[in-house]
Amino acid sequence: MAARTKRAAKSSEDSEEEQSRRQRLQAILLADNFTTKLLPLTLERPNVFLPLVNVPMIDYTLAWLESAGIEEVFVFCSMQVIDYLNNSGWYNSHKDFTVKTIESPHKSTSAGDALRYIYEQQIETSQIQGDFVLVSGGIVSNMPLTQLIQEHRHRKKKDDKAIMTMVIKQSLVTDHQFFIGVNPLTKQLLYYDEDKICLDTSLMDRNPSVLLCSDMQDCYIDICSLEVLSLFVDNFDYQHLRCDFVEGVLADDIMGYKIFTHEISSCYAARIENFRSYDMVSKDIIQRRTFPYVPDMKFSGNRLLKLGRQGSYRASDAIQSPSVHVGDSSVIGHATTIGSGAKILNSVIGNRCSIGSNVVIQGSYIWNNVTVEDGCEIRNAVVCDGVKVSAGAIVEAGVVLSFKVVVGRDFVVPAYSKVSLLQQPTEEDSDEEHLLSGVDLQMESKLGPDGAGYIWQVCDEDCKHSVAPIPKDKLAEIIDDDDTEDESVVTPSGDANSINNDVNDLYDFEIEVDGTFLRAVEENIVADLAVLEINTLRLSYNMESAHCAGAIFYSMMKLAADTPHSSAIDLYKNAASIITRWKGLLGFYVKQSDEQIEVISRLEEMCQESAQELGPLFAHIIRFMYEEENDILQEVAILRWADEKAGADESDKVYLKQCEPFITWLKETSDDEDD
Amino acid sequence: MDFQVVILAGGFSSNLVPLVSKEVPKALLPVANRPVLSYVLDLLESNNLKDLIVVVEGEDAALKVGGWISSACVDRLHVEVAAVAENVGTAGALRAIAHHLTAKDILIVSGDIVSDIPPGAVAATHRRHDAAVTVMLCAQPVSGPSESGGSGGKDKTKKPACDDIIGLDSLKQFLLYIAKGAEIKKDTRVKKSILCAAGKMEIRSDLMDSHIYAFKRSVLQEVLDQKPAFRSLKEDVLPYLVRTQLRSEIFSDQNNVEENGNGNGKNNMQNNEVVLSQILSNASLPSFHQVYESGLDSRKTHKCCVYIADESKYFVRLNSIQAFMDVNRDVIGDANHLSGYSFSAHHNIVHPSAELGSKTTVGPHCMLGEGSQVGDKCSVKRSVIGRHCRIGSNVKIVNSVVMDHATIGDGCSIQGSVICSNAQLQERVTLRDCQVEAGYVVCAGSEHKGEIFARK
Repeated sequence: MAARTKRAAKSSEDSEEEQSRRQRLQAILLADNFTTKLLPLTLERPNVFLPLVNVPMIDYTLAWLESAGIEEVFVFCSMQVIDYLNNSGWYNSHKDFTVKTIESPHKSTSAGDALRYIYEQQIETSQIQGDFVLVSGGIVSNMPLTQLIQEHRHRKKKDDKAIMTMVIKQSLVTDHQFFIGVNPLTKQLLYYDEDKICLDTSLMDRNPSVLLCSDMQDCYIDICSLEVLSLFVDNFDYQHLRCDFVEGVLADDIMGYKIFTHEISSCYAARIENFRSYDMVSKDIIQRRTFPYVPDMKFSGNRLLKLGRQGSYRASDAIQSPSVHVGDSSVIGHATTIGSGAKILNSVIGNRCSIGSNVVIQGSYIWNNVTVEDGCEIRNAVVCDGVKVSAGAIVEAGVVLSFKVVVGRDFVVPAYSKVSLLQQPTEEDSDEEHLLSGVDLQMESKLGPDGAGYIWQVCDEDCKHSVAPIPKDKLAEIIDDDDTEDESVVTPSGDANSINNDVNDLYDFEIEVDGTFLRAVEENIVADLAVLEINTLRLSYNMESAHCAGAIFYSMMKLAADTPHSSAIDLYKNAASIITRWKGLLGFYVKQSDEQIEVISRLEEMCQESAQELGPLFAHIIRFMYEEENDILQEVAILRWADEKAGADESDKVYLKQCEPFITWLKETSDDEDD
Repeated sequence: MDFQVVILAGGFSSNLVPLVSKEVPKALLPVANRPVLSYVLDLLESNNLKDLIVVVEGEDAALKVGGWISSACVDRLHVEVAAVAENVGTAGALRAIAHHLTAKDILIVSGDIVSDIPPGAVAATHRRHDAAVTVMLCAQPVSGPSESGGSGGKDKTKKPACDDIIGLDSLKQFLLYIAKGAEIKKDTRVKKSILCAAGKMEIRSDLMDSHIYAFKRSVLQEVLDQKPAFRSLKEDVLPYLVRTQLRSEIFSDQNNVEENGNGNGKNNMQNNEVVLSQILSNASLPSFHQVYESGLDSRKTHKCCVYIADESKYFVRLNSIQAFMDVNRDVIGDANHLSGYSFSAHHNIVHPSAELGSKTTVGPHCMLGEGSQVGDKCSVKRSVIGRHCRIGSNVKIVNSVVMDHATIGDGCSIQGSVICSNAQLQERVTLRDCQVEAGYVVCAGSEHKGEIFARK
């Protein structure tokens, strides 16, 4: 009876909620975290496939989403992942859980691109009905989501601007450090930055209290409203979910969108973004913090392991000789054989591996089909599928051995190095993260006489993010990181300095203009838009329009010279066609004769630099720009230039002489008009 | 208690012209007919802090303050009055009297506060944490306290939206960041190392530094010696200590070293690993300082603590004319427990020797000093009138302060104004939001608004 009255009372207020509840709970899984931190492994295999305690990461994520109450997941991924999903049970075997894939187009290199692509699809299909959960690849979690989504919807209903709820978690170890500022009462996110803390005055005016945290971990689980997608489309330069999107939203006062945070304490959520977090999450799985996603529970296509004493797991068909010592928190996979006298401590060993005798493996992750021959020592390393470590080799702390690498006999792989059969990509390939600096392709080296693989260059970041503990000296550095920074740094001011700055500014400005122009050419933008972009640059560098004119003209001529040409006539034609195409752009900045003179002297400079190419064309180009249909240069400017030049050195007059006939003609015609 | 109290009573404060003068230093400005300094002394006495040094800028002012103190409370308190040169700043004043300081800890109190926050609590917090410095914070008035004062003169109420920006740790024990004055104009930049060590930091702009500090003497003297350029306690010394709390440069602080040495020394070697991982994990332990310190050799820390006063406590600094008006109003109004006076049945305080004419009304929250005379048909509302004043007939006094021995002619109307001692208003003067200097004579029949009457 009591239950019934309760229900009656509730039913009226539920009717509205019912509606939102009927909306399917949807999630978008970006099955690629668009970073280079897991190189070289991700060169050969998408990161969501990397095994985490012998199960591919994507299985953890999908299993969690299913149990968290999500009904439909859109997996944004490459063809390879789609193939995998087709073969796995995720498509059909679950009746309340649909997995749909969105194939990633080749050009998408960031989360921003991915979301823009999804938005394009969304316009056609409108698959996403409302609020959705945005999850990045490589997430292991067991947190429930339905409650949180409800909370988000409530907040959204009350405040239209609350478009996103970010999940954060207090963490003991933050390897990827960032700083957030939260309103302690409403939990609204007020500040987000990855390397400095600098609160705006207006922020303090508006909020009497801001809680700054550095001990939080960003789980990359976001409850988003549809506005998030359209924001990514509106701001086509947003790439990263955090650096661009979150910081952009916080900085934007006009739209007033708000982001809220949700701190979880009792459940688990973590994201794998580098080797350090890989190590941490693996340990958490072994220590059952991620329950029910642990090796002895069936949550996907995984084969069960048996939980033994002291928290170590062992497959029933693993073969190990009696003298093997398997320490705490270790995992031994299926059909793996381990020779006598081996020591396995705190490590994960995959399926079908063969470990020789007297091998020491400590704190390492050995994937599938790995052969470790007798007497090897592997400490705090990641060893991928199909690797062979020949007898007596030593793999030092923090090493990553990528797929099918062979380490030669008695070879010592130096600490923190990354070894792959593929060569280290050059810097251009990794524009997302500034990870690889000063790459030198000469650095390749063989792993002993019978080894195979390239040792990649080590950089400082690697040490911080490797599986191995951070060496002590580095630790001190990390802690000391910023102490020197703000001891009331007096910015040196002086004339010499400011002039220097001006020159640098001009140089930077020209580079930017050049880039903008080339992009405009490439994407065939209307001249008006290009004007708009260059105007923005002009304002931000505080340049005059003469500088713009010079810079644009320089870019145009450079483009003409760079376009393949066989003869001077070809070059002239190139230049002419470019000038005709972009005269709207150039014309915008050369309205005054000063600016026109700047253009002429610019052309002169260029001609001097490449005398045999452009030199002979000087007069022609000037003339071409003077002609009526172009009307870029006016005779006043040309004549003034000629006058200015008249007094110069003989060597400077080369081009003046070249133009002489043209100038005399100009003079005559103007005289005629005067008469 | 092994605490020495230094009261920085200032001297001649330019903010308070024309209320202060050669004759009346800031410390002796009357608040409800008692010098403001007496409120501080009472407060300290009630906390059993009786060993005081009052620092006054300027010899003359010091003589005056000393004279008052010896007449008022020589029997109850042990007070020393020290004169320092003018315009040396608070840090400079402390430097000048450094030889007087002998106790282990020094409590520094500004001489112009009217408050009921117990300074003893600050001292206790300071001792409990063994801090280098402890700062008393109190809630900032939500908006300038002028609205109930009516027309308090809007041009003078330029109370900035926030005075101080303060960073606290999650337990609200430690002061991690402080910015004030000119720094507020800039963006708030927080040191990464401090935030990382503490894990969380709450940045508040609704708290105010109350100018009551407890310093460890050795630390204070070391800083004053090392940094001769520091002028102000609040703007130089305190931010410096806060900024350097994780890499202390104050080496003579031997007590600190010993204590920490005892606490962590034995464990240091064994637990090095643990400690390192704690640092990495941003251990927000109650005392992250110690963790931090023991983690790396050659690193020293000192603690900067806070004591946050209860919101219900009263606190005002008498540092502007507006504040002067507010304090006078509050002390005979809502915060009358501070003045020690008790209200009559009409909620006002009228000295028995005061004489009131016929049909004269003295409203609630008013004070009439000893021996003052008020003529017929006068009306006094929410105002303080000093001793031996002569007030004519048909006079209206609202929201004003009239100091001792002032003379007010017939038919005057005074609103929101301060009439200093011995000033004279002739007949039918109308004043609104004005200040009249001591001894000044305002001519008959004049009408003024928002003016300052001084002899220069």
